[in-house]
Amino acid sequence: MQLKTFPGGLHPPDNKQWSAHKPIEDCPLPEELVVPLGQHIGAPAVPCVAVGDLVKRGQVIGEAKGFVSVPVHAPTSGEVIAVEDRPHPMGRDLPAVVIRADGEDAWGDLLAPLDIAIAGIDELRQRILSCGIVGMGGATFPAHVKLSPPDEKPIDTLILNGVECEPFLTADHRLMLEESDRILSGIAVLQKILGVRQTFIGIEANKPDAIERLSRACADLPVEVIPLEVKYPQGAEKQLILACVGREVPSGGLPMDVGVVVQNVGTCAAIADAVLRGIPLIERIATISGPALVEAKNLRVRIGTPLRKLVEVCGGTRVEPAKIIMGGPMMGMTQLSLEVPAIRGTSGLLLFTADQVSTRPEGPCIRCGRCVRACPAHILPTTIAAYARLDLFEEAEAYNALDCIECGCCTYSCPAALPLVQSIRYAKNAILAKRRKV
Amino acid sequence: MIAAVISLGGIGLAAAVALGVAAKKFAVEVDPREAAILEVLSGANCGACGLPGCSAYAKAVVEEGVPANLCSPGGQATIEAIAAIMGVAAEAMVPQVAVVRCQGDNRKAKNKFHYLGLQDCNAAQRIADGPKTCPGGCLGLGSCERVCPFGAIEMTADGIAVISRDKCTGCKKCVAACPRNVIAMTPRPATVHVLCNSHDKGAVVRKYCEVGCIGCQICKKTAPGAYLIEDFLARVVYEQEQDAAPGIEKCPTKCIRDFALGYPEGSSFKAAESRPEPEHAA
Repeated sequence: MQLKTFPGGLHPPDNKQWSAHKPIEDCPLPEELVVPLGQHIGAPAVPCVAVGDLVKRGQVIGEAKGFVSVPVHAPTSGEVIAVEDRPHPMGRDLPAVVIRADGEDAWGDLLAPLDIAIAGIDELRQRILSCGIVGMGGATFPAHVKLSPPDEKPIDTLILNGVECEPFLTADHRLMLEESDRILSGIAVLQKILGVRQTFIGIEANKPDAIERLSRACADLPVEVIPLEVKYPQGAEKQLILACVGREVPSGGLPMDVGVVVQNVGTCAAIADAVLRGIPLIERIATISGPALVEAKNLRVRIGTPLRKLVEVCGGTRVEPAKIIMGGPMMGMTQLSLEVPAIRGTSGLLLFTADQVSTRPEGPCIRCGRCVRACPAHILPTTIAAYARLDLFEEAEAYNALDCIECGCCTYSCPAALPLVQSIRYAKNAILAKRRKV
Repeated sequence: MIAAVISLGGIGLAAAVALGVAAKKFAVEVDPREAAILEVLSGANCGACGLPGCSAYAKAVVEEGVPANLCSPGGQATIEAIAAIMGVAAEAMVPQVAVVRCQGDNRKAKNKFHYLGLQDCNAAQRIADGPKTCPGGCLGLGSCERVCPFGAIEMTADGIAVISRDKCTGCKKCVAACPRNVIAMTPRPATVHVLCNSHDKGAVVRKYCEVGCIGCQICKKTAPGAYLIEDFLARVVYEQEQDAAPGIEKCPTKCIRDFALGYPEGSSFKAAESRPEPEHAA
């Protein structure tokens, strides 16, 4: 049988063999945790603790500001030793609460568990907000916003994203294998909130064990597991929707425009914890891998743990890493040092050696069209990038620069090593900045 | 045959009369002074006057009484020509020249990371606030060079922008193009400048740059009144017209330069005594 997929995309070496078979381990608590107040898309949280305060695990330390924002919680118990700007994975110093762990790891007062049979939809949504749940595939978009579609956009389908198409990463794979019951509880919550008729779980065919396990678990439920072709970016939201239900999100639109809500399996599990156990989002599963590392692992990491600690737990480095990437190699963010903390969007930490970092200087575009063929958004990366270079942003917009999902397929496929996706991002940013001004 | 000649001729005649009447009735009064001013302007359409192009400036001078001394590429000759056309007294303009306040090229200043992306300062600045460790240092990717309408900016081999004082007309396009505000407009008579844009404390600056201002105050003590230190960064007080030259020798990091004596290392520009007048103003 031919597997479902989307047009475009490419096949980078998946490199998942280093960590795919490693069970999830708990990362030991560090002595000091740096919890950034902005870990999500939207307004950063406002700190509500002061230096010297004693906090308990799960206590709110930053309050949401505005609708597209979520609160931040203490990942462990201890003393607040600073509320100041600290190095952030974004590459600059941003406000953070620094907690010195007391080692007791004592829970604070948690919100009472909710019974989804009784609880109202607004109550469930409010709980997801209060527990700081954001999209855990890496984009960290507040989950409660996605779950609050306007009335004129009826939702009939929920898709769970278990694709994990980024090379190296195996965190969602291990979650699906080891903690599928959390995912199933989360699905029940999401189904109740959205009132959907059909639910799919999309999983790439390179995870047959996860497909089998979830298919068996979902046998008696109104949930269908869909094996998908192994191709990057199969896990991109719009590409996943096209593959699973054959609906194309219109240009400039959102999944809700075609009646679909997509949530990552990790987000789904976190929602289950929030609703059924009252536990806020203070830890996540991350894959620590890469050739510069002694041993690849899947770790359960407290938010705020310095990356250096994660590397230590994996036995340290074999050689000095030449490139450090938080997230996957295709869309992750390059880090300046290991001194930044793991945040809610840290799906992985990859350490590469010098010979694996491409330092090829860019050459002229030979108009081979590989970027166009690879582009899953069906735009013309080379044309838009050329306009971006000339600061011709209106032309870039006319060529639908804003439909770029920044998956990096164009840059990956370019034989001239042109920084295509960076150029398009540059244009997108300029277009959006201009729109805000008008 | 005759019918065709008469009918076509008639149509032609009628159209000619209609056009003639329309030309008289709907004639747009163009002030001849506006055209005359446009003639004497530099024609660079650089926007230094703050208006969108030379014709807009000419119109604004005639219709709105905008001052005659805003065309910095044209210089004093243009100001006098405009003043003569408008019949007003020529006001002196202190000519401005752009200065890159940084000498920290790739050999003298450190980078936080090896940047391989789009070779444009504004794009690079968006990646973790730019590759240069110094928050105010020149990124050396040439965004200013590309916008300069006069070819007055060059990038040295070690990656720093240098502006020719002979070619710069003070149009400020480079100031707007620079994402780190490294380029400043200075009065042309002043040739001594502090070439640093870092407000970090001295100990911090020393860690990432050999030629950064450390805010040590020695220049201020050597040439009283000529320098001001703000937020650990010295600057020449141009308004005072005090001689700032004595501070150059004493500066421990050599971040003060007299452009009359030479351009920064690696530049092909040569120090010139005076600026040649633009041709069109002659």
